[in-house]
Amino acid sequence: MSMILTIATREFKSLFLSPLAWTLLAVLQIILAYIFLTQVETFNLLQPKLATIDGALGLADIVVTPLYSNAGIILLLITPLLTMRLICEERRNKTLSLLLSAPVSNADIILGKYLGLLSLLILAVLIITLMPLSLLSGGSLDNGKLIANILALLLLVSAYTATGLYMSTLASHPTVAAMGTFGILLLLWILDWSAGLQEQRSELFEYLSILRHFQNIQSGLISSVDISYFLLFTASFIILSIHSLANERLQK
Amino acid sequence: MSILINAEHLSRYYGKHCAIKDVSFTLAQGEVLGFLGPNGAGKTTTMQILSGNLAPSSGRVVINGYDLQDQAKLAKLSLGYLPDTPPLYKDLSVKEFLYYCAQLHGIPKKSINSALIKTQERCGLMTVADRLIANLSKGYQQRIGIAQAIIHNPDVIILDEPTVGLDPLQIREIRDLILELGHDHGIILSTHTLSEVQAVCTHVQIIHQGQLILKESIDGLNQQIDTASVLISTRLKPDLAVLSAHDGVLSIVAISEQQLKITYRLHENPIQRLIETIISHGWELQELTPIKRSMEDIFITLTQHNH
Repeated sequence: MSMILTIATREFKSLFLSPLAWTLLAVLQIILAYIFLTQVETFNLLQPKLATIDGALGLADIVVTPLYSNAGIILLLITPLLTMRLICEERRNKTLSLLLSAPVSNADIILGKYLGLLSLLILAVLIITLMPLSLLSGGSLDNGKLIANILALLLLVSAYTATGLYMSTLASHPTVAAMGTFGILLLLWILDWSAGLQEQRSELFEYLSILRHFQNIQSGLISSVDISYFLLFTASFIILSIHSLANERLQK
Repeated sequence: MSILINAEHLSRYYGKHCAIKDVSFTLAQGEVLGFLGPNGAGKTTTMQILSGNLAPSSGRVVINGYDLQDQAKLAKLSLGYLPDTPPLYKDLSVKEFLYYCAQLHGIPKKSINSALIKTQERCGLMTVADRLIANLSKGYQQRIGIAQAIIHNPDVIILDEPTVGLDPLQIREIRDLILELGHDHGIILSTHTLSEVQAVCTHVQIIHQGQLILKESIDGLNQQIDTASVLISTRLKPDLAVLSAHDGVLSIVAISEQQLKITYRLHENPIQRLIETIISHGWELQELTPIKRSMEDIFITLTQHNH
């Protein structure tokens, strides 16, 4: 366990040694702040009408949910760029043998790398959360819905990171890993689009779609189906990564 | 003297290509084992297998009583490894990097600092401790590579070509360090220069085309190497047939009309007779230079012994 933490801490610190992490956090924050302000403005316009309707949409529906949906999409673009280097770059720089000859197991290495990067993304989610929290100074918020949104985004980034990590263990070049991760995630994201067409609905595609589960949780409907989807998704890719790293020793 | 490494019938195939074939050996405490072989002989593959970076196609490695495959963590606790390219995180400072290595090898937190200082002193890294690894010269990077392999004071140290890229002064320092470490550790180092083996090793193992063709102590090696070469220059063109008729002459290569490279058996030393022949034929001897024994000489001898 301590080894996992050691590797995770090193990974997390290393992210901040290059401008990469700083840039990504800044870009994420600027774009989302813009979206956030737009949504707040929309709410201000709609508010007089909404006030007259009983049980109408609230602040959380108009500001928080779109904010987290957009964060999900932007992170879909950003996460592959962060995960691509995890194992791949170590292999290219021949530093992987430091970890492979140290008394740590493959699972330690993979989990350490995973948690190190996930910490950065959790940090990003927390910074995003500061924006809706700032609304509390001037109004009230549906707290349940906010928590559901945070949970949904956290589960989403854990799944993203696991996918990216796996691609990074496979690919021989970081950009290949990034492209692969992006491809898988985007496919899973759009898989559900055919669901709009009544005759072409496929239950399998609907279940596989990452977007559907994300939206379910976002809506505040926290069911074990959606939670277990994300947990299974994440766990599968982590286990695949551990196996892929074990293969590293078998064939080169 | 306890056995630190026991390698049994190691083979490794890359696809159909066989990198090493049925290699078995042991390493005891206090031994410095030199792995000698030309490029592509299988030295690095063997090192990678011993360090757990590569799984052998068949055979097994036991380190300090623990099987490297089944009890990998325990086996690797007593292992320090410097690969052919030092595994360095270049955006860290020397101190940060070595601290991380110490943590990875499970050194308890309170003794990390003392281990860090001791290792930096041993490898001559005190003056550069706070500098970024990326900004250091190749020699220093090589030393950091050695430092990460010895920081946890492992029983077994595996060094893949530790002196490559160093200047002569640094090479001497590293050799002294290896000699010092050799007293209470078991060390395996690979190299393709014979003089390095003769300078630091107690035992030598020669690998050629993936197979071990010799395992000897250093004294044994010196006896085994029965060939030597000289360069002879004469003023007039000598008759090669006359010269090669002497007992003990293995081969004569004419470098130019007046220059010959003669390889001969040491125990039948024909030099004196060759000189007499040259003088009596009036070819006028101008120069006679002994050539330092090279790897090739050893291979010639050993392969001849085997046939």
